[in-house]
Amino acid sequence: MLGNELTRFTLANGLRVVLAPDPTAPVVGVSVHYDVGFRSEPEGRTGFAHLFEHLMFQGSESLEKLAHFRHVQSAGGTFNGSTHPDYTDYFEVLPAAALERALFLEADRMRAPKITEENLRNQIDVVKEEIRLNVLNRPYGGFPWILLPPVLYRTFPNAHNGYGDFTELEQANLDDCAQFFDTYYAPANAVLTVAGDIELTRTRDLIEKHFGDVPARPAPTLPSFSEPPPAGQLEDTHLDPHAPLPALAIGYRMPDPIHDLDGYLANLVLASVLAEGDGSRLQQRLVLREPLVTDINAGCGLFGPFEARDPDTFTITAVHSPEVTGARVLAAVDEELDKLAATPPSDQELAKVTARWVAGLHREHDRIVSRTLALGSFELLYGDPSLVYTLTDRLAAATPEAVSAAAKALRPDARAVLTVAPAGGNK
Amino acid sequence: MTYRTAAEIGRTERGPRPLPDLGTQRSVAGLASADTVLDNGLRVVAVHQPTVPMVEVRLRIPFAGADRKHSAIAEVLAETILTGTERRDRVAMDTDLALVGGELGAGVDPERLSVGGNALASGFDTLLDVLADALTGAAYRDDEVAGERARLVERIAVARSQPSVIAREALQRHRYGDHPYTRETPEAADVATVTVDEVRALHRSGVLPRGSVLVFVGDVEPDAAIAKIAAALSGWTSDATAAELPDLPAVTGGDVLFVPRPGAVQSQLRLSAQAIARTDPRYPALQLANLVYGGFFSSRLVENIREDKGYTYHARSSFEFTRGGATLLVDADTASDVTAPALLEMRYELGRLGVVPPTAEEVETVRQYAIGSLLISTASQTGLASQLGALIPLGLGPEWLIEHPTRLAAVTNTEVAEAALEFFAPTRFTGVVVGDAVQLPSLRALGGVTE
Repeated sequence: MLGNELTRFTLANGLRVVLAPDPTAPVVGVSVHYDVGFRSEPEGRTGFAHLFEHLMFQGSESLEKLAHFRHVQSAGGTFNGSTHPDYTDYFEVLPAAALERALFLEADRMRAPKITEENLRNQIDVVKEEIRLNVLNRPYGGFPWILLPPVLYRTFPNAHNGYGDFTELEQANLDDCAQFFDTYYAPANAVLTVAGDIELTRTRDLIEKHFGDVPARPAPTLPSFSEPPPAGQLEDTHLDPHAPLPALAIGYRMPDPIHDLDGYLANLVLASVLAEGDGSRLQQRLVLREPLVTDINAGCGLFGPFEARDPDTFTITAVHSPEVTGARVLAAVDEELDKLAATPPSDQELAKVTARWVAGLHREHDRIVSRTLALGSFELLYGDPSLVYTLTDRLAAATPEAVSAAAKALRPDARAVLTVAPAGGNK
Repeated sequence: MTYRTAAEIGRTERGPRPLPDLGTQRSVAGLASADTVLDNGLRVVAVHQPTVPMVEVRLRIPFAGADRKHSAIAEVLAETILTGTERRDRVAMDTDLALVGGELGAGVDPERLSVGGNALASGFDTLLDVLADALTGAAYRDDEVAGERARLVERIAVARSQPSVIAREALQRHRYGDHPYTRETPEAADVATVTVDEVRALHRSGVLPRGSVLVFVGDVEPDAAIAKIAAALSGWTSDATAAELPDLPAVTGGDVLFVPRPGAVQSQLRLSAQAIARTDPRYPALQLANLVYGGFFSSRLVENIREDKGYTYHARSSFEFTRGGATLLVDADTASDVTAPALLEMRYELGRLGVVPPTAEEVETVRQYAIGSLLISTASQTGLASQLGALIPLGLGPEWLIEHPTRLAAVTNTEVAEAALEFFAPTRFTGVVVGDAVQLPSLRALGGVTE
């Protein structure tokens, strides 16, 4: 397939680079992944990694406030950034003629972002509106990604709310910003990815020209967020003033995504066997046959797979009618897990999962923005961007026995159960 | 470890650097496509885009109904059309699709029933076979209809608790009264009474090839794709024509309606005015004027109420197209205590767009943005299929997409200024604000707000 030829190199300042030429369409994707996410933010500063992501768009030495957006968009491009548990990404997709412009913009803010008190205050207000929009003013806001971790995990990095507490966001100051940037935004702690209609030699030259003189700083030591698994079933209830129906989230620990990738992939296959499509185990039983729930989902990672190092979370979420108790839903889920643990899934079940994953990854990577970001995150987390293209083979290699073992490991005596209770009626 | 200050971080010895110029843009190769009407009256547009070994289909069936209960029956039909046929039960449908990496989904709105999906290109025949099976042989078994009906009632309750849905319903009623176009979410009580016979009858009378369109995009040559589609759907026939929605009345300007939502921490602001269809010669200029107003991040509205004032995370202005025309929709969700200030700024920017028209630089920025974002959004199969699925039912084809950059390039600053003055006049807009009644006194003081 086109676009599978990867070139990797590292600049003298430590910046890792991934190039993925693909001449199919005259567009380019440029992304920078920094190896810091909300699990690394300091205690007392919840939400800071995400707030800082906003600040990186507010100007740099060569670019006034708003200039970044205007320069990308006036070149016909789009941009965004997002904060994940273990990394933060920034990206542009543009007509290929704007490649050098995108490199310039990313290099300028990697070298010298202009962080001012005025912009900090403005973006705290914007982030608070983002949180009101996505969490506080809607039913099931933060379900389960904010609500489940404090039940499953004990330590601050894993348990806290990555969107942040309003009072802590308001306390953020310029020194916090400077310290965070100097610690985590070093070129040696970042990956630059360029995909699309590019010429290799010229692109290398442009990258050297713009990023070569970003001063080297040491990369921080990679932190460990490991903590022991829960020793029982941990439970909590969240009162949701907007939710019309009760909901349930079950969280389990799962194999190390980096050092036990095949174990992790068996869980990914398990999630599809359980809840992907009308023919899946939980959809058939809990939605269609019995029916106990309105919706049920299973997945790896609180935002999807490959967003975090260890520990990562296997989740099952369901919305159900008030006449059905959460305990009944739990019991049915446990029965289905027990069946899979006792009898491995059929070859046909796995063939369905594999074909849908192959198709899904084709569709995802057909969009240059998704392909660019996937290459960057796999370089960052795994040191191997080509995993993006070999992942489906690895998934297809998951055996029925491995999937059965994954189901067996999802034990009732080592998990978190979060209940969302409607409170306050439909406003 | 010692750290620099924010001020030290923001400057280097060498100082600010100049922005590099843009290079030369390679133009896009043309799209190989075919466009035909099958014997059963279905229009098929097929586009060859072999970027990945996949196929995408989008079927759009005009599906309007005047009856009050139509939207409820239509929703149940959309939820159950893919839940089993004479030949396959629900699980068999999903299994056949899954084995070729495929999926199909259905949805309905007041204008049309949409069935869409994708599969590995090697599974194109299976995808078409399952689609044809549903169109000609959907069984609507009692238990599937009963189950989906119950789930739908619960999902409607969830939807109606979303502030965005509350605002949407209020805006639709305020703009269009009781026109069938407003019935986007049926009443749960109506859904609860929908019978299997009603769903089957609507399938027979409404799920029709004549007047409908199927868009194909993928890794199959267009003529071959059309031949496969024609063969697969040859048994789907009727002399009747799919039902188009009656024309909408024009939106007229007027007071913004306040809708109380006690205890809300955020308000939903929605403003709307009549616009023009894509076929109108003034459309490209209005498209650019809208971008300058609030159509992208570097717009006057976003720079004002987000980046300058911090009132909102999300503010936007966009077009809504129907078969007969189009409207402008401005929307923002703001913190409760800045509801009135945000409305004031939205109106201020509406007026300013006409009387302080977009500068040459603003026009050039939005022109490049419009051309570039079209290029990017049509570079993938899914993006192209979605674009065509939206355009073709409105009477436009792939050629419109291909020619549009040229139209955008030809727009003059004067034309943008004229479009801004004509279409963005604040008095042309109406709308709704959903929020806590505590905000009412300041909204009343602004004026042009009714309760």
